[in-house]
Amino acid sequence: MRIPPKYTQIAAITILGAATVFTVAILIFILVFVLEKGLPILSLNFLFTSPADMGRSGGIFPILIGTVLLPLLAIIVAAPLGIATSVYLVEFTNESRITRLIRFGTDCLAGVPSIIFGLFGFIFFVTILGMGWSIMSGGLSLAFMILPTIIRTSEEAIRAVPKAYREVSFSLGASRWQTVRKVVIPNALPGVVTGVVLGIGRSIEETAVVIFTAGSSLLIPTSVFDSTRTMAVHFYILAREGLSMENAYGTAAALIIAVLIVNLTAYFMMHRFIAKRN
Amino acid sequence: MEESKKVHDIIDIKNLDLYYGQFQALKSISMSIQHKMITALIGPSGCGKSTLLRSLNRMNDLIRGVRITGQVLLDGKDIYNSGMEITELRKTVGMVFQRPNPFPLSIYDNVVYGLRVAGVKSKSQLDEIMEWSLRSAWLWDQLKDKLHHPALQLPLDQQQRLCIARLLAVKPEVILMDEPCSALDPISTSKVEDLMHELKKDYTIVIVTHNMQQASRVSDYTAFYYIGNLIEYADTKKIFTAPGVKQTEDYISGRFG
Repeated sequence: MRIPPKYTQIAAITILGAATVFTVAILIFILVFVLEKGLPILSLNFLFTSPADMGRSGGIFPILIGTVLLPLLAIIVAAPLGIATSVYLVEFTNESRITRLIRFGTDCLAGVPSIIFGLFGFIFFVTILGMGWSIMSGGLSLAFMILPTIIRTSEEAIRAVPKAYREVSFSLGASRWQTVRKVVIPNALPGVVTGVVLGIGRSIEETAVVIFTAGSSLLIPTSVFDSTRTMAVHFYILAREGLSMENAYGTAAALIIAVLIVNLTAYFMMHRFIAKRN
Repeated sequence: MEESKKVHDIIDIKNLDLYYGQFQALKSISMSIQHKMITALIGPSGCGKSTLLRSLNRMNDLIRGVRITGQVLLDGKDIYNSGMEITELRKTVGMVFQRPNPFPLSIYDNVVYGLRVAGVKSKSQLDEIMEWSLRSAWLWDQLKDKLHHPALQLPLDQQQRLCIARLLAVKPEVILMDEPCSALDPISTSKVEDLMHELKKDYTIVIVTHNMQQASRVSDYTAFYYIGNLIEYADTKKIFTAPGVKQTEDYISGRFG
């Protein structure tokens, strides 16, 4: 009753192939659905004028600014902190109960629903520290949210640098820090950058954290302590309050394109970087 | 102090025991390495020869759970003494590894790596030592026009000699070679061996090898190790023609190992 390998092979390829086709199809469906409704709305005018009448008409200019500033602040805070932590964990500690505990902690943090970070940010930054609904509160909360992602991806990238490079560096009289700076980090950079880009992507798309910590002001922010609104939040409010489905889809299209641009830029930067080294 | 004597010890190993956790990898090893000679360490896999090699520049410090007792004297100073500056030690006792392992950088940047970490900034000084190192490793003529090409694009034997050049740039006294030819074909191997003969004029070389012919071709002294013990240590010629111990004879004649 044994099925010949020839047939199990065919069955396996069919099932695996079907799964792939299904996945790609869903992705394309979502993209086409959103872009089909959103692209006709999207124009330079839409991007660079302020909204009017709560967003029922007009564009998304202040929201564009908010969408740039919040992830920017988040990444400025989270990238150095996260990369430094991962370098320390991999290069300067031995695998012990404490490092395992730290790793377990970051894994748990990575799995925490974003709304929890939103609530934390609201209580800690907005109320206790009195920063109010602001770019500062939002950016810091987002930074906390993406920190585990950055730490784990950088850790993997640093760990993947061949041990031989470290040994050679030590054997030529380099200290551990020199080795990290001149050999480990440059070779881990593509992976580290991937983590940072993932972090930027997540913070651009994030809604729950931003509503709780940055508010939803439609004015152009003039300082980091002003409230602001990101595209994800704008989309959510327009759709939920039934203000304007057209503008909601226009915003969604802009959001998708923004994320695509971030990812493509990172991809090409990394490619050029790798090409330059080899 | 012993300049008048033609042969003198540069490294003196005294009662060296080394443990990986509970496992004892080296058992009370005592041997001295002669200045400006090539000493080969041979023996079957797991006999401790690489471990011994790596305890001469404290590369074993990087492995967790390693415990060492006894002494390794370099020019009379114990390298395991807490006063020993480990980065200085590793420059004095340099290492060439089993697989050619240039950094994914240009040829130039590879050769000057050790100088840069030592704080040399002057371009003319870097250029000068770089050229000298490549010449010493017989690479200058082939590589002088492509110094800024990626090192990883070179053929393997040039990569390995580049690694030697990179080491020479930091002006070592002793060169440890851990099976430096095991990734190379016979022609490349003979180039590296010829280079070793040349280097012997200025440097002390300790080489670990699995290749008995290589040991007999290149070395002046040979030490045979077996499960953590130094079985026999003598002139290479004597080891290969008239070994004093039965185990050595069995090993070099291919009866085990």
